[in-house]
Amino acid sequence: MWEYTDKVQQHFLTPQNVGEIDKPSGTGDVGSLACGDALKLTLKIDENDIITDAKFKTFGCASAIASSSVLTEMVKGLAVDEAAKITNEDIAQALGGLPKEKMHCSVMGREALEAAIADYRGLKLPMAEGEVVCECFGVTDLEIIRAIKESSLRSVEEITNFTKAGGGCGKCEEKLRKILQDTVSGKSEISIPQAIPKKMTSLQKIKKIEEVLEREIRPGLKKDGGDIELIDVDGDFVIVSLRGACKSCSKSQTTIKEYVEKKLRELVLASLIVEENN
Amino acid sequence: MAAANPTVIYMDNNATTRVAPEVVEAMMPFLTESYGNPSSMHTFGGAVGQAIKEARGKVAALLGAEPGEITFTSCGTESDSTAILSALRTYPEKRHIVTTRVEHPAVKNLCENLETVTGHKYRVTRLKVNAEGLLDMAEYAAALTEDTAIVSVMWANNETGVIFPVAEMAKMAKQRGILFHTDAVQAVGKVAIDLKNLDIDFLSLSGHKLHAPKGVGVLYIKRGTLFVPFMMGGHQEHGRRGGTENVASIVGLGRACELAAAKMVEENSRVKKLRDRLEEKLLATIPKSMLNGHKTERLPNTANISFEFVEGEAILLHMNQHGICASSGSACTSGSLEPSHVLRAMGVPFTAAHGSIRFSLSVYNTVEEVDVVIAKMPEIIESLRKLSPFWKG
Repeated sequence: MWEYTDKVQQHFLTPQNVGEIDKPSGTGDVGSLACGDALKLTLKIDENDIITDAKFKTFGCASAIASSSVLTEMVKGLAVDEAAKITNEDIAQALGGLPKEKMHCSVMGREALEAAIADYRGLKLPMAEGEVVCECFGVTDLEIIRAIKESSLRSVEEITNFTKAGGGCGKCEEKLRKILQDTVSGKSEISIPQAIPKKMTSLQKIKKIEEVLEREIRPGLKKDGGDIELIDVDGDFVIVSLRGACKSCSKSQTTIKEYVEKKLRELVLASLIVEENN
Repeated sequence: MAAANPTVIYMDNNATTRVAPEVVEAMMPFLTESYGNPSSMHTFGGAVGQAIKEARGKVAALLGAEPGEITFTSCGTESDSTAILSALRTYPEKRHIVTTRVEHPAVKNLCENLETVTGHKYRVTRLKVNAEGLLDMAEYAAALTEDTAIVSVMWANNETGVIFPVAEMAKMAKQRGILFHTDAVQAVGKVAIDLKNLDIDFLSLSGHKLHAPKGVGVLYIKRGTLFVPFMMGGHQEHGRRGGTENVASIVGLGRACELAAAKMVEENSRVKKLRDRLEEKLLATIPKSMLNGHKTERLPNTANISFEFVEGEAILLHMNQHGICASSGSACTSGSLEPSHVLRAMGVPFTAAHGSIRFSLSVYNTVEEVDVVIAKMPEIIESLRKLSPFWKG
């Protein structure tokens, strides 16, 4: 019998925020029936980037259900940027700890949160881009390396407890040992990439650009008596028009390239090119 | 976790059983005043030796064996290891073992070990089972070779209760000059066994599965079968198993075998009826539930039922809230990450394997208890399905 904390039992027996949000701002769908646990996390995020609601549906054991439930409690009211910093260790800690064999349940919670935030931001998760090491559970080298680094894992058994890698047929044990040695000794050349842009529909792209202009760029320009207007989006080309004080500013080109383009590339799509409407 | 309801409804008898009060009573003198060593020369110890002799006779009677064929061990696992390793040492030139894909870890892991740790010196054939958990006798016949040292096939499966045709299989092995071992841990006391009329060379049983305490088992070794001991030491057990006897438990096991013989009919009538009632009601009232294992070729006390789209550990912990004890073949309960090898070998889909619950009854269960389980299970499954992203109910 597992030694579950009172907190785990409480969240398992009376789970909070069960369900699915209608028209969610972001959805994270991780795990599968075959793997033995799965979590669907839906988030409602307001115009100020605050998570106003979170709901979950989980197939899995007591610790999977408790991890999901406590996660929804943790993220509600947080800014997306803050929520993105939550790690699996935070989730486990909020439950007063989890048995070590069950740490992968907290990892699943974190992965669902990452997926939901990436979905909201229109980004593609980088972890899935790695090379699959454990074929039984579809775990990539990037996921394993991150778990080793973040949770200071020091044995193959610990890797299995946290990521499930190696928990099936066991054929990847040698590979896991190598990844562990390379990561711990700092030899690993694989670095974990930032979120990579996902193909967005034109409509999603325009909406996202409008959001970023409104939220991140316009307030700054307005302080200087200026303003900006979105004229057109054509492929990667974003055509804008500067208004007010900016229009006559000699540094308008710098504003466009160094400020507007940089922000849009960072928050929407790295390939965007911003040009002024003449 | 403390049960909310102090009354325990125990339906996990394939895991272990309650020690019968009669067994405790029989054991008590040997935990108190009769503490002599059965090997001693004095009457004080000799009387204890006499008690062991009587126990041996009772075990032999239940199995249709001779007392001399009964060797006491510490558990079923020791009996299994002793039998298989003895066969391999007896016939060192033979390097092949035939077993099944659904054995208990006591046999399964030993065979895996014999393959891998010895650098594949030994070859293991694992017989397949069909969707109902039954073996293919043609595959078995084809698996027996000149190189086969021993066949090890369980009498009844611990997870599904499915019974294998060990009598026939042992006969086929004997015709080929191959030793036959059966792990009968789940079958003893539930199935009539008459070893004198069978070609079984080795049979393992475990005390705590039939209302004796944990820590005592038996290996039956057919008279005339060549044998090499596993535990080396003193002359105890006719030199077949060294180590001072676990006297109280051996006496308890003797009493438990006596009781089992007397209750065999009840086990196959009243207990079977309770099991059938439980099974029929659960399958009827809970949608997307299914029986794992053959309906009739099965122990009278076991029902393994899958509830799709929910996970076994979560089900068990909810049952625990009502004081109901059972087991699951889900990954999470085993501490491994994959569901039961037995259910996977049967090809039970993942949706069902993760949500499998094994109910195993005993003569101590009542109809009232069965009805509590019948009443509670639907709400437990429904509440968990509400959480499940896969349930479109």
